[in-house]
Amino acid sequence: MLSPAILTAAIVNGLLTGAVYALIALGLTLVYGVLHIINFAHGALLTAAMFAAYFAYRALGIDPYFAVILLAPAFFGVGYALQRFVIGPASHGDDRNMLLVTLGLAVVIENALLFAFRADTRTVDLPYALDGIDLGFIFLPLPRLIGFVTVFAVTLALWLLMTATDTGRAIRAVAKEKLGAELAGIDVAHIYAVTFGLGTACVAIAACLLIPSYYVNPSAGNAFVLVAFTIVVLGGMGSVPGALIGGLVIGVVESLSSLFLGESLGQIGIFLLFIAVLLVRPRGLFGARA
Amino acid sequence: MKEFKAVAVVVVAMAAVPLLGVSNVTLNFLIVALMIALAGQGWNVLGGYGGQYSFGHAAFFGTGAYVTAVLQVRYGVNAWIAFALGIAGGALVGAIVGGLTFRSGLRGSYFALVTLAFAEVLRILASVAPVTGAGVGTLVRLDLRPASLQFQSRAAFYWMILALVAIALIVTQRIERSRFGVWLVAVRENEDAAAALGVNATAIKLIAMMISGAITAAAGCFYVQYFLFIDSGLAYGTWISIEALLTPIIGGVGTVFGPLLGALVVRAMGEAAQLVTGGEAPGLDLVIYGCVLVLIIWFAPRGLMGGLTQLRSRLFRPAPAAKVGHG
Amino acid sequence: MAEPLLQVERVSRRFGGLMAVNAASLAAAEGRITALIGPNGAGKTTLFAMIAGFLKPSAGTIRYCGEDVTGEAPHRLARRGIARTFQIVQSFGGLTVRDNILVGAYLRHAARDQALAIAEQVGGELGLGSMLDRPAATLTVAGRKRLELAKALATEPKLLLLDEVLAGLNPSEIRDMVPVIRALCARGIAIVMIEHVMQAVMSLAEHVFVLAEGRIIAEGTPSQVAADPTVVEAYLGHGAAARLGGAHGH
Repeated sequence: MLSPAILTAAIVNGLLTGAVYALIALGLTLVYGVLHIINFAHGALLTAAMFAAYFAYRALGIDPYFAVILLAPAFFGVGYALQRFVIGPASHGDDRNMLLVTLGLAVVIENALLFAFRADTRTVDLPYALDGIDLGFIFLPLPRLIGFVTVFAVTLALWLLMTATDTGRAIRAVAKEKLGAELAGIDVAHIYAVTFGLGTACVAIAACLLIPSYYVNPSAGNAFVLVAFTIVVLGGMGSVPGALIGGLVIGVVESLSSLFLGESLGQIGIFLLFIAVLLVRPRGLFGARA
Repeated sequence: MKEFKAVAVVVVAMAAVPLLGVSNVTLNFLIVALMIALAGQGWNVLGGYGGQYSFGHAAFFGTGAYVTAVLQVRYGVNAWIAFALGIAGGALVGAIVGGLTFRSGLRGSYFALVTLAFAEVLRILASVAPVTGAGVGTLVRLDLRPASLQFQSRAAFYWMILALVAIALIVTQRIERSRFGVWLVAVRENEDAAAALGVNATAIKLIAMMISGAITAAAGCFYVQYFLFIDSGLAYGTWISIEALLTPIIGGVGTVFGPLLGALVVRAMGEAAQLVTGGEAPGLDLVIYGCVLVLIIWFAPRGLMGGLTQLRSRLFRPAPAAKVGHG
Repeated sequence: MAEPLLQVERVSRRFGGLMAVNAASLAAAEGRITALIGPNGAGKTTLFAMIAGFLKPSAGTIRYCGEDVTGEAPHRLARRGIARTFQIVQSFGGLTVRDNILVGAYLRHAARDQALAIAEQVGGELGLGSMLDRPAATLTVAGRKRLELAKALATEPKLLLLDEVLAGLNPSEIRDMVPVIRALCARGIAIVMIEHVMQAVMSLAEHVFVLAEGRIIAEGTPSQVAADPTVVEAYLGHGAAARLGGAHGH
């Protein structure tokens, strides 16, 4: 039953899925690296973006991959506004409060979606969803391939942003030494909001990439985000390469444990890994001291 | 004994409620509110006094519930004993989770994450394990006799949960005035400074977690006796993790009556939402809870009790004169 | 002579490639005030952190009352009788002054009444009597330093590590604090103090250790140490001793 072909297929599929996980984790790790908090609203924002992508397709006929162009900036704005006008002021600078505020937002967003759209599961049926590249021993679905490539494009774009622009430099400065950055004239509240916006934009792009292959319902985001937490912790909080490598690894781990243990227990594999990493090496593979 | 005056007054006043001829609907509302208050009282010990914010208190609630249910249904254990063992189960889970996480020095965001993860792992396990009834859940046989900890009258259930809440109030108050409580708060305020004064922070946090787990587990045990059904989503779902932390925060973290006040307010809001939308609005109550959480943190971080204390001191005491002299 | 209460033997601490403390040795006796001085960045607070258990030494031994306590946790050392104040005051901001001291008092007295009495007493001794009900966060710098001291004292220590307890105080506040410290050592407490305020060091300390770049470069009575050219160089730079010596016809 476990021929090399099946194993390879599982691994490759794991990598393809893992790339999108990595993108979700990237948003999370970016926010942690700069604001030093875990954004508990990350999952809810992903769900919201998935709904947005779904309706963009259903109501406006926009292909999810093109919807990226609309939704990424839109959600950047949403994230910016949330941090600037809600989370920042509400937390009064206290980390514990920020945790609670993001949790509160998560509850609001998720349940607002539940209230508005009920709990029914919806799917998007793209005409080319079942197309793909057939390599004989393995079939690579087109949506997942596009997803894989997009993730790397986004990562490259982010890297360029961080290294080659003033905003990127400001973000890195604030991440390293907030007081110093403030003294150098950087508007920290603005940078925090920009970072949050970028994290939310990542999630919006990921949502568009996920739509063709997954279902949409109000708790969809949660499932992905707990995986994202695991990746971020494994790869190291605040580390971009960590998020990428961690995402790919987790994708493969999930794929293999689903193969050996079945769907639901496969999920447990990830959680147990998560707890183990937190207990044994909280800073993960590439992160700084927790 | 004098210090328990306030608790006694509140408990006696609440005990009188069923005697006033209120409807079953009202009683049911109060019973559920008190059960949530109990869960919140557990969270409050660890989060309010200890400053360790757990996002996975469902782990304790669910354990209490399942232990109580499964022992009765599968092993024929007497309900009272099963209840007590459910509470012990909560303390045990607290010891395990606390032992693992505090030893590793996890704090803040990481602690919140780990507790969330533990609750999720338990939920998934419960949804597939045969002993818990897997996806179908566990039904406790109807047997309306006190010996099975089930009662004909709703009032009896009300007094039962009220008694549990009263015990938790007293436990909380005793903690506040004890060495353990002062050390717990010290650890919350500044762990290093506390260590320098001889406080074993890890041990203190661990004990707090066990007490916290036991109290919240009691709420889970009660749930099973009252509703006679439990499944993985009800036992370990995020709904109870959220309500357990929401009620102390709204009512006032680190205060004795905060969770009770918060639970009544939160449940009232939930009921109001149901009434307004005619019960057709899944999720609306949680939307309101989430908004209130954000608003409370924003504008009234010390919760309702904090607001009440401020009000009282403004009404009964003039502003203290500025002191001149060496600081 | 009786064995010193505290014996630090060739203790070192490295952080990555940096040797913050390099084979430093010092001793402190009961009822005496020992000073640890040195230029900024010399490693004094790191050394304190190791004695108080907040850092593990990379090498060396720390003996207290004759027992090896190297690497023991801070709360254990506090129970043994080692108390410390922090350079950057670490109080329990949200609690009242009384409750702050109470945390320390509870170490030796489990009963609330007793501990409260001790807290009041210690608070009074340090001039905080009128402020016991105020939130700790509302005290002035001098008040907070006294509170730091009060908290540590409430644990009834045999060895008290004072990290720059006089920093940030104006001259009259320093003048008020000096007799307080002296009174403590009269009670039999061994005091090791890190200080930059030289007048206090000279008038209070019976024995002085000088730490520079992680090493102990001199020890002796205050006047011995003040006259030591190596010490002068450490503070004022290479060749300063010779220049000063020449100017004063040494």
